Amino acid sequence: MKSETVPAGRYFMMGNEACAEGALAAGCEFSAGYPITPATEIANRLAEKLPQAGGVFLQMEDEISSIAAVIGASWTGKKVMTMTSGPGISLMLENIGFAVGVETPCVIVNVQRGAPSTGMPTVGVQGDVVQAKRGSHGDYEIIALSPSSPQEMFDHTVIAFNYAEKYRTPVFILSDSFVGHMREEVIIPEAVRIERVYRKIPPKGSDPEAIKGFLDENVAPMPVFGRGFKTHVTSSCHDETGKRNLIDVSSLDMYVRRLSNKILTHKEEITIVERDYEGAEVVLVSYGPVARAAAAAARRARQAGIPAGTLRLVTLWPFPDQEVERMARKAKRVVVLENNLGQMYPYIKAAAAPFTKVSFLPPRLIGQIQDPEDIVAEIEEVLG
Amino acid sequence: MSEIIHPLHRFIRPSVAATTNCPGCGNGIVAQSILRAIDELGMEMDDFVFASGIGCAAWIPSPFFDADVLHSIHGRPVAFALGIKMGLPEKKVMVVSGDGDLAAIGGNHLIHNARRNVDMTVICVNNRIYGMTGGQAGPTTPPGIKTTTTPYGSFENDFDISRLVIGAGASFVARWTTVHPRQMTRSIKKAITKKGFGFIEVYSQCPIQFGRKSGISSSVHMMEDYRKRSIGIEKAARLTDEELKEKIVVGEFVDSEKPEMVEEIERMKARAMERHR
Repeated sequence: MKSETVPAGRYFMMGNEACAEGALAAGCEFSAGYPITPATEIANRLAEKLPQAGGVFLQMEDEISSIAAVIGASWTGKKVMTMTSGPGISLMLENIGFAVGVETPCVIVNVQRGAPSTGMPTVGVQGDVVQAKRGSHGDYEIIALSPSSPQEMFDHTVIAFNYAEKYRTPVFILSDSFVGHMREEVIIPEAVRIERVYRKIPPKGSDPEAIKGFLDENVAPMPVFGRGFKTHVTSSCHDETGKRNLIDVSSLDMYVRRLSNKILTHKEEITIVERDYEGAEVVLVSYGPVARAAAAAARRARQAGIPAGTLRLVTLWPFPDQEVERMARKAKRVVVLENNLGQMYPYIKAAAAPFTKVSFLPPRLIGQIQDPEDIVAEIEEVLG
Repeated sequence: MSEIIHPLHRFIRPSVAATTNCPGCGNGIVAQSILRAIDELGMEMDDFVFASGIGCAAWIPSPFFDADVLHSIHGRPVAFALGIKMGLPEKKVMVVSGDGDLAAIGGNHLIHNARRNVDMTVICVNNRIYGMTGGQAGPTTPPGIKTTTTPYGSFENDFDISRLVIGAGASFVARWTTVHPRQMTRSIKKAITKKGFGFIEVYSQCPIQFGRKSGISSSVHMMEDYRKRSIGIEKAARLTDEELKEKIVVGEFVDSEKPEMVEEIERMKARAMERHR
């Protein structure tokens, strides 16, 4: 990928377009997707710009084939991404499990919209945040980031590619219709200032019989296709060499645990949070665009002399329970804010409740982010 | 005394010691036709990437072929193969899967990649039943056949997969049965060398699941039945639909030149770069 495809500078840009620019900056070479509101602008921009950089965007027959093609291309060594909204994710879930099972780097952007089902496509909600972790069948870990601005649509997409490559895993960007369609200042740095991570690959000429390309908690080198590694890739239960084992339950145990541990043992280096709760009695915990309302409310409360703070989760998965616990040990009260009926709330509560009192403030209307005034009123209420 | 080794043994993954096919399965004949085609073309396994789905036929390349093999999920191998071809356009990409995988759950990907005329070879092993799950009816099961999910006889019309793929626009389509291994090999060679979507449907006996349900549980009898019912394309053209009802029309239906997508993408990229300059 040529570095001149990174148009360094300051822009007034839509979140979805910033996401596409982030993908190009991260070195995306192949993308496939299916049109869906509110994610289409990402596809449109990649369809225009990827071929200019020698890559390609394919519009597929559905979301199932979109993620399948992306996984197939990743196995040839390409950096890959697909983008969709909730209905498309629902179709992709089986293949997302496949990507987890065979340790395939790929970035999946979910620009969330009003749901269930067809719902309200142009309204942003945080309705699919647990689906990202629990949607495909079986026990598994995944990485998910939650951007709150067009700038972060760019930044997080770069981080998502780097995490995908480093940990050989699908990485979600859990955006929503608000952030995707929001236009704000986006600063695109010089190409040389953008960190690009590339997956480990076994050395050329490696003995195919000796390659251990799977199930290493410290991430096995990926024996990509086309280099004579004679790789056997199957999401059937397999060992470190990729050999299928459908008989020995201890093999299944290893398959499940090592895949999960690959992410969990690196949780600390994956976790990104924003802490602003020094001396705060009430801490507002939120993520995505809701965190902007939470930050505004905390500012107003502090101006009024109320000791309020915020903890913003940028990484939603693996769930940053230690960060929540660290905050909960200091706070008198915790208020969780989400643009849904409480999806991350049980996880946050489980980590915080042993140390402090935790409550949830839903939006007045689903699809309408909490008004900072309402949040301030809630802060006053919980402090009595 | 020297050990006698099968000439195609070099194509088999060294760690594989046994076959998982049932006794009398047609998979072995199909596997041998594929490997013979590769051998006769003077190609090596490293020239290929294989993709398969879920089902008995998907286990032909996985894990037996000593090559890069993506054993994927049910119904989607053609979509995975498209992504592989995008990343490795210089390699031959081959899908080996069954009729349920390719024409039922995966029908959409089959027709759309035939329409795109993506350069790949798809071998559809058609045993007209779901074998791995224990003999359920599929879209290729003949009407009236009793299966585990049609205990009173199948009540659906069956699919002619080759005609479907012809209609979708593939540049090479052939059908054979397991009693035509030489013809099958010849067609596979053509499909591999053809620039475009090459589709080969192979009627393949499943004595355990289909045979037991249909009343002919001997592999030999099933193959004799294939031989009796097979009819060439030219001969079939002179028969009425009624006369063709019990027949299996075999041969190469389509062998045409038409735009192929990987090449078209290269042209598109050149246009994009030209405009960007």
